[in-house]
Order: sequence, then structure tokens, then C-alpha cells
Amino acid sequence: MSEIRESVDICVIGAGHAGCEAALACARLGLETVIFTVSVDSVALMPCNPNIGGSSKGHLVRELDALGGEMGKNIDKTFIQSKMLNISKGPAVHSLRAQADKAEYSRAMRKVLENQQHLTVKQAEVCEILWEDADSYGTIEKKEATTEAAKEEKKSLRKKVRGVKIFTGAVYECKAVILCTGTYLRARCLCGEAITYTGPNGLQAATYLTDSLKNMGIELRRFKTGTPARMDGRSIDYSKMEEQLGDERIVPFSFSTDPETIQKEQASCWLTYTNEKTHEIIRANLDRSPIYAGIIEGTGPRYCPSIEDKVVKFAEKERHQVFIEPEGLHTSEMYVGGMSSSLPEDVQLAMYRTVPGLENCKIVRNAYAIEYDCINARQLYATLEFKSVKGLFSAGQMNGSSGYEEAACQGLIAGINAAMSVFGKEPLVLDRSESYIGVLIDDLVTKDNREPYRMMTSRAEYRLLLRQDNADLRLRRKGYRVGLVHEEEYQALLLKERLIEEEIARLKETFVGANREIQDFLAAHGSSPLKTAASLADLICRPELNYEALREIDKNRKPLPEVVIQQVEIEIKYEGYIVRQKRQVEQYKKMEKKLIPQDIDYDDISSLRLEARQKLKLFMPASIGQASRISGVSPADISVLLVYLEHYNRLQDMSDRLEH
Amino acid sequence: MKTDTIAAIATGMTDSGIGIVRISGEKAVEIGDSLFSSPSGKKILKNAESHKLYYGFFLNLDEVMAVVMKAPKSFTGEDTVEIQCHGGVLVMGKILEAVLKAGARLAEPGEFTKRAFLNGRMDLSMAEAVIDVIRSQNEFALTSSVNQLKGMLSERIKDLRAHIIHEIAFIESALDDPEHISLEGYTHELTVKVDGLLNSVKTLKDTADNGRFMKEGINTVIVGKPNAGKSSLLNLILGEDRAIVTDVAGTTRDILQETVRLGEISLNVMDTAGIRNTDDVVEKIGVERARQFAGKADLILYVVDTSVNLDDNDREIASFIASNHKSVIVLLNKSDLDNVVSEEDVSNLFLNFMNSSMGEKEENGKGSIIMLKSSARNRLGLEELEKTIRAIFFQGEIKSSNEIVITNMRHKEALQEAYDSLMLVKKSIEEGMPEDFYSIDLMSAYSSLGRIIGEEVDDDLVEEIFSKFCLGK
Repeated sequence: MSEIRESVDICVIGAGHAGCEAALACARLGLETVIFTVSVDSVALMPCNPNIGGSSKGHLVRELDALGGEMGKNIDKTFIQSKMLNISKGPAVHSLRAQADKAEYSRAMRKVLENQQHLTVKQAEVCEILWEDADSYGTIEKKEATTEAAKEEKKSLRKKVRGVKIFTGAVYECKAVILCTGTYLRARCLCGEAITYTGPNGLQAATYLTDSLKNMGIELRRFKTGTPARMDGRSIDYSKMEEQLGDERIVPFSFSTDPETIQKEQASCWLTYTNEKTHEIIRANLDRSPIYAGIIEGTGPRYCPSIEDKVVKFAEKERHQVFIEPEGLHTSEMYVGGMSSSLPEDVQLAMYRTVPGLENCKIVRNAYAIEYDCINARQLYATLEFKSVKGLFSAGQMNGSSGYEEAACQGLIAGINAAMSVFGKEPLVLDRSESYIGVLIDDLVTKDNREPYRMMTSRAEYRLLLRQDNADLRLRRKGYRVGLVHEEEYQALLLKERLIEEEIARLKETFVGANREIQDFLAAHGSSPLKTAASLADLICRPELNYEALREIDKNRKPLPEVVIQQVEIEIKYEGYIVRQKRQVEQYKKMEKKLIPQDIDYDDISSLRLEARQKLKLFMPASIGQASRISGVSPADISVLLVYLEHYNRLQDMSDRLEH
Repeated sequence: MKTDTIAAIATGMTDSGIGIVRISGEKAVEIGDSLFSSPSGKKILKNAESHKLYYGFFLNLDEVMAVVMKAPKSFTGEDTVEIQCHGGVLVMGKILEAVLKAGARLAEPGEFTKRAFLNGRMDLSMAEAVIDVIRSQNEFALTSSVNQLKGMLSERIKDLRAHIIHEIAFIESALDDPEHISLEGYTHELTVKVDGLLNSVKTLKDTADNGRFMKEGINTVIVGKPNAGKSSLLNLILGEDRAIVTDVAGTTRDILQETVRLGEISLNVMDTAGIRNTDDVVEKIGVERARQFAGKADLILYVVDTSVNLDDNDREIASFIASNHKSVIVLLNKSDLDNVVSEEDVSNLFLNFMNSSMGEKEENGKGSIIMLKSSARNRLGLEELEKTIRAIFFQGEIKSSNEIVITNMRHKEALQEAYDSLMLVKKSIEEGMPEDFYSIDLMSAYSSLGRIIGEEVDDDLVEEIFSKFCLGK
């Protein structure tokens, strides 16, 4: 029997949001890449909510775009409604969300993949990862392992990826593999007592890869997530709901999209509420929910709860929001946001029909819960490469996250780092002070996440610096250096930076006197009169004034792009807060810069508490900062580590000096 | 971990009854053995029993006691030899010099404790409390350090932090889940809470000065015209027990400051040499003394000779004191003799210069002028003086066993930072900033407080703490 044997640079397993970004990044950097999917028709599928972005997730998409990812551009092409959320709050929590035409989104992404040089799309189930001992590569030299655990560790540190094998037996040899298996590994869907062994939307599950990974010594676990029902739009009475319109002025996701090109007519969403009757039905049938009945073994997300969970958790709440959102322009299917469930079909129908506007609803697709295999991401470096297998990367829901945006960001980083490892170049690791992506990955690889991880604004400590409006200023340069940001995009950034800087300088240096005109102007705006001359920047700082309001007294103002004015205003108005947050970042960076040598022997540090020692051995943190975020490692342990490191470094210095 | 052998004088560098030179490290026993011999001239330390005191001679320098403490049962966790010698600075210096010549290295500040810490003999917070115990000069400070060791301060700080993090968590969860958690009316609620926090932090912070007085003593200067009785007063305070007096700083010949204990209070009396040396010109010009030292002093003791009339000298001193806003105790000395100066006379003397400044009298007598009758000759007024000082500096009573007192500068600074951050939160609320801004400064306050109890690790802290140790302690 003759088998196909091909040789490429990179294999990406899965063509969801993570897989697409990973594959595009590798191919765009010039590496021969194959992306495998169980269904070419389902590339970049959105199996749950029909939107991209939202609180903090909008930040992720903008950062992804700044680095040269595709998601932002793709949603700009295919959105049907767009809204900037939280505009009544500070600029740090403003967040963009766009409703997508799901089918269009998928089709557009497929087109991008198919037109990408060096990229091959292949419909096949990958069954096995091929690997070999890394000894011949001389990559890892560990000191003599004495304990059982250390022997295990030594064994697991000696692998290197060689390729993948698909169901037909064909082999693809490659230098790096990126796992983007989403919710497909040994997936099973539950709708009450009805269980099917498929991936989302009835797609084929991936049955074999789990065993291959286990054989490599990779630990897997089981997570669960869920989705609400889809309704036939013709059966919904919208007159009983509140219409939710998009913004009048649409802000694009991508920094490369010209805002003028995307202003268009938008579709509406609708808001309605559950009520006591709904909750009664749910409570009466909780015993038939697979979760409460104990059939589901996977752990679900606390921050994206099913309606059953909400009714149980917020027992005192009389109602919960329900958003009715279109699935696309060419279908009448509507998504019922806020009411995901794994209750049986009959309970679902009864429960949905208690909601105003849904009294006569017809369900097109039932709500269901899905269980799948994924890894504990502490097995990964922050580059998203497995610590134990050189060349094996992992991204997206496979790493225990949830959400399209979280997946896409990890896909891009895994793709970039897989490429960098092939090139033998420095990896790209973003830290918590420069991006939400950094927060996301750091949380995944250092925290003990016991449920699907969802990004939230509260997870970012330095939120005021990590705004969605300045993602390009933070990350474009890095994307350019990696090679994913085009020259013209980079030049646009340089121009924007220059305009911002010049305008801030001008406002700080332009003074107005306490004359009649100015005092009248201030009085008209309810602002207190000047005692002495003040700069225009000083005036912008006043809560009741802003850049636009100053137009009449700012005679030498030149026309500037909206995005420049926005930056100027934020930088001036919130300067004090920004300065203080930057000080917090400096403190944080000090600890990040204290690197822990990877040959450290935690057993040698007798004053570490046992639990801390175990956790440190398990996670092998790269820096003191990272170590301090591992749960189970206390500040006292960190002090011990700090002293030990200082001591260690002195001894190193001494032995270095002796050698020379 | 292999380490070199270090040595230092473990007791203070002052003349005292006994002094200890400590040697710690792999070669401690070897070095000790090479220098110590039994009365019969035998080398016995190498095979000495651990933790047993041996009598003998250190070279021909001094008659000493030596003890070997084998690892890990020593302060540092390493092999340690301690030589107990006669406590003269000269002798101790010679012994240390010989030890260093024999192969030990002079210990860096705090290095013994650092090694103890490195060898798992103590954790960081204990190390810090040890510093305070070592540095405590009197019982109050000791109790307060011991309380810190016991964790009373840490309980209080934890409580404050819990309140702060609760508010942060509420704001953050409302941002993440606006559907279920509303921020309506929260601003007002937060204002009340921040005010409460500000109060608590301020109360703690304010104890810091008390803490300094307890731990380091009250800087005191004795002023008065020639022959008013300054040196008799000093001697009266000193009493006869010279052993409890510690000489601080300066050279042996020219002592600038002495710490004396008045009951349970430590006074750092400045320029005692100036008082004792009656031939000294400084003594003669009382005003100059006041000028020179009053700036640094927390307390001015003004001795007035009531047996002779007030003169220009008194007027000058009074004018200076009046303008200096210090706590002043006027001692009407020689009250056992016929008085020509009454309390009223002295009051009038000050009134001339007071005017407005009298009105700004601080609470508890700080910055005010109190008069006491005394007679150095009849040991009169000493108890009264102690009571008065207590009233001024410790609000009468020192309940250090039940009260948390900040005695550590690092803690005081952290409290100040927390206070400033909370003030910024208040300002943000007043300016109507959106709620998501509050957490920036709330977080800073939280971190600052965390540094006090080691819940936030500052990478400079380890170095800072160890460098605070005196050499060899």
C-alpha cells in the first residue's frame, strides 16, 4: 500500500478562529503551511453568538489587528450592525462590538485562506502527531534525575515534533504543528437526555487525536460550554421588544479600514426579558438538566452561564436580559442571547415561550451544551509552545479559553512563534502591561484555570493604558517587526504618532490670557474664570471642557483626523491617571525582569513552603513576576525566591570570574 | 550552598561590660581554634562540644569565653564560634582584626541575619521584626516590636486591605456584568467608605511619630543661662546607675549625645559634653546652645534659676524658644531656695514673645510651654517631669501592649502613600470621573498597604531590610 508523504513547514490542525490566524501568519511569513479542517465549508465558523467584540473582547480584536491578524478586517467586511459599548464610562472600557453575518464571515475568511500564497486548505481529520526524541538535536540537557517525578519530567522533555498523520494514513512531515482543535476533540453535544457524539452544529468530531496527545505525555481535561436556541424570525413578535440600533457613526475594527468605506445601513437587535414564569419552568425541570443531573462531567464557564445557572445563581433576580440577534442577512434565523441551555427540547420550548415576543416562537436549532477535551495551558510556555515537545504549539479553546476573539489572538501568537522557531528567531511574547493578549496568555499559562477562560476588563491591571483606541500605538511596531504589518500600514502609524505628539505639544505651549473673550467663553461653558494665563491643555483638563469645545478660542487649530484628536484628548485629560498607572507598570516590570534560571532546583531552597515548591516545579515560571501570579505561591515564598536568586547570581558571578 | 566565613562584633561598638565577636561559616571552627587556647595552652575548640562555654585565652589579647555552635543549630544555621571578651572597643577591635587575619571576611551589614534567612532559619517578616527588637532602646519599643512580631499590625492592615479590595471587586464586577450589578448610587456609598479608610490610615500614620519617640527616644536639649543648674539636672536624670546610659555617636573624647532613661522614656540629650564642661564657652552662652540644638530637638528643657533675677540671657532664650514652636518644659530650679522669680514672672517673660504663637498651641501640650518646680539638690520634680513628658509625647499613657504603634519608617511611608492614593480616589469622585477610574488609585492604596505586611513584594525590599542591620548584628 502506498501512502502519501508530503513535506511542509507548518501544519495547523483546525480552521476555526485560532487556526485561521495561525495559518495565515505562518504562510504570510513565507512558510509552507497546511491547514486541516473536518469541513472546508465551516472555516471560521461562529457556532455560538453572531457577533465579534464586546466588552474587553473588542480590545483583543483591535490588538490582533494591530499585530497583523485577520479577524478585524474580516468583520469590517461582513458586519451588519456595529456599536461602541460603555461610552458613558471612561475610555479604558469603551469597547467595540459588531454583529456578523455568520455565513458571510465564514465565506470571506475562506476566500482569504484560499488566496493566501504558501497556504493549503485540506479537509481531513488529523489522527496522530508524529514525534521523535529530541536528544539527537541536543536541545535539552537536564541534570541527573533522582526522584520519580524528575524522571517523568526528564522523559517528557525529550520530544520534538516531526509531522502529522491523517485518517487516511497520509503523512505530512513538518517543523511545527499548531493545535487549534477548538471544541472538536472527543466532542459530545447534550440537549437534555438526547446526546450526540459530534462537534458543534452536528459537525464531525475528532476522535483519535486525544490518544496520540496522551501518548506524548500531554495531560488533557474536559471542559463544557453551551449555546442557546436559534428561532425562526417569522415566529417572533418584535413589537413586544425594545429595538437595539447600531451607532450612527461606525468605527471600524481594523486600523487599516477607512471608516468612510464602511458606513452603511444596519440590522437591528432586540431586547426582551425573562420573567418569574420562565424561572419557574427552569426550576421545576432542573433535575432534567444534564449538568444538575451529573451527566456533564466537563467544567463550564462561570462568566458565560446558561440560563439554568443564572436562575440558580441569581435566585433573587426577577428577570434576565434576552437579546434577539440576527444570524445573517440571508436567513431569518435569530440567536437568543442570554438563554443558552442544555435542558431537554420540551422544556426549552416551554421556557422560551414565556418570554415576551417569543410566545409563539418556533425553534430552528435547539440549545445544547458541548463537552470537549482540552489541555491545562500550564503545559505551555508564554510562546504557546509545549514545554515538553519542541515544535508543538497550541491555541484557542484547546488551551481552555472560550470565545472567538480569545481564540484568534492565541492563534496569531502561536502562528508567529511557530514561524519564529522555524526561523530560529526571538519569539514574540507580550506582557500584561502592553496588551490584553499578554494578560490572556499569561493568565492561561500561569493560573490554575478550572473553567473556560473568558477575557474581562477586570483581568487587565493596567487597563487605562490598554485602551482599544490605542492598540495600534501599542502594538503596530511589533507586528511590523515580525513581518505581518505592511509598509503602508506602518507609515500610517508613524504619521499618526507624529500628529499626536505635535498637537499635544502645541496645546501645552499655547497660552490664553485672562482676557474678556476667554472669561466670557468660560462663563458660557459653566467653567470658572481664569486668574492667570493658562495653556489650552490646562483648559482641556477641566471636566466641563473638551477639545471640541475649545475650537472658538483656539484660533490656530489645524484640521486633524478623528483618531488623532481622540488620542490628544485622552492623553491630556487623563494625564494624571496615566502617569500613575505607568508607575504601577514600572513596579510590575521590575519583577518581570527578574528572570529565574531554567536549571533552578526548587528542592535546594529549603525555606520554600512545600506547596509553593510543588507549584513552582510544575509551572517552571520564567520570571519572579510570573512566579508571583501562580496560585499557591505566597508573597513570603517570593521573598525567599528573591533572596535565593540574588545569592545564586552572586555565586554565578563568582564562578564566572574564576573561569576568566 | 557554600559560603565564605564572616565575622563581626555582634555587640555594639561601645565600651560595655562584655563584648561578643561572632564568626560564622565553614571555617569558623578552624579560625576560632587557631586563635583560642585553654588556660593550659591547649587547642580545644576543634573538638569542643557544641553549645558549651569554654574558658581560655584569645592569643595574648584577652581572657575570654568561647562557644562553638555547630550547624544547623546556630543563629545563621552555619558553624558558628562566638568569643565573649571584655567589652572595651579596643579589645574587641583587636580580636576582630585577628579573626579577619586568620581568614574570615568582615560581615556586611545584616549579613548574619541574611544567612539565617537564606538557611531557612527565619522568614522575611521575622527578620524585619528582629531588626526592631535589636534596635529597641527601651521597653515600650520592645513591646511594640514584639506586637508587630505577633501580627497585631498585620491584622489591622489586612482588615483595611480587605475593605479596599471589596470596593475594587465591586466596581470591577459591575464593569464586567452591568446587567446584574449596578453602580447606581454607589459613588456616594464609596465616598463614605473612603472617608472611613482615610481616617483609619491617618490614625495609624499618626502613631508613627509616637513610634519614633518610643523606639529612638526623644531628642532633648537642656538650655538655660550659666549656672542655672543644667548639669545638675542632667546628673539628676542620669541618676547613679551609669550602666543604663548608652553613649551614641561621636568620638570617645567628645561625646555629643547621650541616651538616658527617665522611667520608661528614652531621652537623647544632645550636647551633654557642652553641659558637663563648665569651662566650655558653649556652656556660658546659653542662647547659642538653644540656637544650635533646638532645631533638631523634639523637646526643650529650659532651666530657670529662681534664686536670681531673670536677665538678658533669659530674655534671649525665651524669645528664641517662643519663636521655635517646640515642646518646652520650663524647670523652675532651686525651688528649695528663696525664690526671687515666680511662675508668673516666667510667664510674663514668654508672653512678651508669644502673641499669636500661643494661640496655635497644639493638643496634648506639643508645642506648648509647661512649667515645673524642681530642685536638683533635693531630687525634687523628677517624677513630675516624667509624667509631663509622657503627657506631651505619649498622650499620658503608653499602652503599647494593646495599641498598634508604627515604629518603622518604611511602614510610615507606605501608610502615607496609601493615604495619598485614597485622597486621589476622593478627588476622582468629586470631579465626577467615571467609576472605572477609581480602581487605579484604590489599587495603589491596596499595594502600598500590602508592602507593610509583605503581601506585595517589592524587589528592593530584601536588600533594604538587610542593609538596615547594623554591622554584625
